[in-house]
Amino acid sequence: MRPTFDPFVIPFVAGMTFVLVYCIIGLIRIIFQLPKEDRRKFGRSLINPKSAWKNFKDLCSDCLFHVKIWKRKPLLGYMHSSIAFGWFMIIVIGHFETIAFSPLKDMQLPFFQKLTSNLYMPIFFRFFSEEASTLSAHIYAFLMDFFLMVIISGIVIAVVKKKKPRKVGLKRVTKFGFTEDMVRISLWTIFPIRFLAEASMANIGGGSFLTKFIGFDLLFGGHYNETLSYILWWAYSIDLAIFMTLLPFSRYMHIPAEALLILLRNAGLKTTEPRKGYAVAEIYSCPSCGLCIDVCPMSEVKENYRNTAVYFIRNIRRGRRRRDVKHKTEICLMCGKCIEVCPLGIESLDIKMAQRKKYYYKVKSNFSYLERLQDYKTTGQQAQSSPLDAHNSKILYFAGCMSHLTPKITLAMTKIFEQANENYEFIDKDGSICCGRPMMLTGKVDEAKALIEKNTEMIKNSGAKRLILSCPICYRVFKEEYNLEGIEILHHTQYINELIENEKISVDRSDKRYVYHDPCELGRAFGVYEEPRNIIDNIGLLTQGKSDKDLAVCCGGSIGSLAMTKEERDDITKNSIKDLTLNHPEEIVTACPLCLKTFARLSPIKVKDIAEIVEENLEINEELGIRN
Amino acid sequence: MIDFGFSISKSSHIQMDNVDLKLFNKLEALNPDISTCMACGLCTATCSAGNFTDASFRKIILMLQRGKDKEALEKVKKCMMCGKCILVCSRGINTRNILLSITRIYNEEDK
Repeated sequence: MRPTFDPFVIPFVAGMTFVLVYCIIGLIRIIFQLPKEDRRKFGRSLINPKSAWKNFKDLCSDCLFHVKIWKRKPLLGYMHSSIAFGWFMIIVIGHFETIAFSPLKDMQLPFFQKLTSNLYMPIFFRFFSEEASTLSAHIYAFLMDFFLMVIISGIVIAVVKKKKPRKVGLKRVTKFGFTEDMVRISLWTIFPIRFLAEASMANIGGGSFLTKFIGFDLLFGGHYNETLSYILWWAYSIDLAIFMTLLPFSRYMHIPAEALLILLRNAGLKTTEPRKGYAVAEIYSCPSCGLCIDVCPMSEVKENYRNTAVYFIRNIRRGRRRRDVKHKTEICLMCGKCIEVCPLGIESLDIKMAQRKKYYYKVKSNFSYLERLQDYKTTGQQAQSSPLDAHNSKILYFAGCMSHLTPKITLAMTKIFEQANENYEFIDKDGSICCGRPMMLTGKVDEAKALIEKNTEMIKNSGAKRLILSCPICYRVFKEEYNLEGIEILHHTQYINELIENEKISVDRSDKRYVYHDPCELGRAFGVYEEPRNIIDNIGLLTQGKSDKDLAVCCGGSIGSLAMTKEERDDITKNSIKDLTLNHPEEIVTACPLCLKTFARLSPIKVKDIAEIVEENLEINEELGIRN
Repeated sequence: MIDFGFSISKSSHIQMDNVDLKLFNKLEALNPDISTCMACGLCTATCSAGNFTDASFRKIILMLQRGKDKEALEKVKKCMMCGKCILVCSRGINTRNILLSITRIYNEEDK
């Protein structure tokens, strides 16, 4: 008869209890920090069968199988799934095995004792059980050994990743302090020690191919050493206890936090406060995997890798070093690449935005001059244009302030409009006020609202049904913040693509080689990837850069960054150009006046806006009499 | 005094000895690139707000250097943060961040 209790289980039970209590308190705190409306939303989403199904699906695919890592880096995907899914399976199968063969099964025990023994029994099952010879016992033992092997194979990759990141396709991995190293070492050793402990007494407790044959017979030579075995079980329990106790203070907190994050995200919540509620769930969900380090445009310069999202989240989480948080908040280009690769989809930009809103500015803006503006007509120093009347026209063209800095774009657009014989109105021909997005990015939301209101009023008064924008920065804020019901908002790439497809304009095809740069605010923000590529396909040959679409590198000029100096920007721009010119294109094409302006200064080859190359290659309709 | 229908305009002479540049020095310490400004006026030429008002980054810097904080802040308030001035600056000054720093450091009530 095997014992049903041994003192070595105490460290594990204590550690486990600590983690559970910590997580429950954390959960309650997060829920109470949520705004009232969000809490209600969250509650409803848990009950609603549709979102409950989505929750279940996402929990499986993200927490257990980590589909997102598999897609980006299969080897890392295997590493993570083997440990996480393998461990999960060991817990689940272990519980079933315990239910089926528990030595306590036929015993009459007081309720409390039964409950506590169920806490540790599945974890140390082999110590308490006796080998059974039924078929199901063999199957259980085989499955347990199989998943143990899977986990150990994952740990081998993890060790390689730590020592030689390049072998698994990473340039840099996150650097950690003492606590994190301790937790990592305790995690890595849990399963090898478990294997040794189980193998050391496989002749009594039972086992399968791994523990019994490889472990007991080969490794231990078929001898059962009671003291050694007992020490190994103690080591296993203490190791688990160390891991559990340090878990809440380490990156492994992402294990419980991720599940909560998925539920909150599916309820449709967003970050409102940088250190409260939803943001806390996001911050604790960050596993510090460092996938964002390699993709961040800033980490191209070696010293700046600490400005990346993973270090920002760590600073916020530790709650110290206000100056570091401020610097990282304000230097970020807000290009969104880190979110694109994040296996957990942590919206670190939202946290940065919430943080920017917290900073206090003593001098408030004063936009009272906007009231004096009538339809963008300037206060006397510029020629008055005819009063705006787009009621008869269908299309409104808003160039935005950036496009006015690159008149080539507005000229090309007007030519395209004329060639397509469209009835259009160039609403801000004499210069416009800003769309509000740059102001939003500084965190001054209320001030941005003043600009947004003015523009909304102007556009609504025009009565047009379609609005064409040639600047992705405007496009984003128009889509996200403006309330323009009944007006279709299009970026000029979408509009020109439509014109070509409807054969309203036709373009000449040459064999000129182009490369297309995806502006962040158009590509990653709205997924407008295909339209510009279609246009270029109609004009010339589209070559590939090093990375494109959702992994396109920011041009470096982004107005998202407040604190970045010219030199740092130039480094990013040069690197971006290097990536784009990988396959020796003749011209770089982009769809954003800001990218155009930034690239043009440093590029060895010509940089053009997509409207420009369309205008250059327009087939002239003689009847309209427009010369190219 | 007899009213001749005209008068002598007030002197625009600035006594630099009386100007308190404590805040400006603080601003300069935070944004060292401010000292490279040569007042070329490219920022003013492109300014979105400057198209409609008297806002001018070049003038803001000059005024702050001469202690005319109140007038400078009036101009700062009109800035829309569009960031065109960074793109055109011939000295690569991070103008937008300087404007943000001004709104942090200076306080309109003090003056």
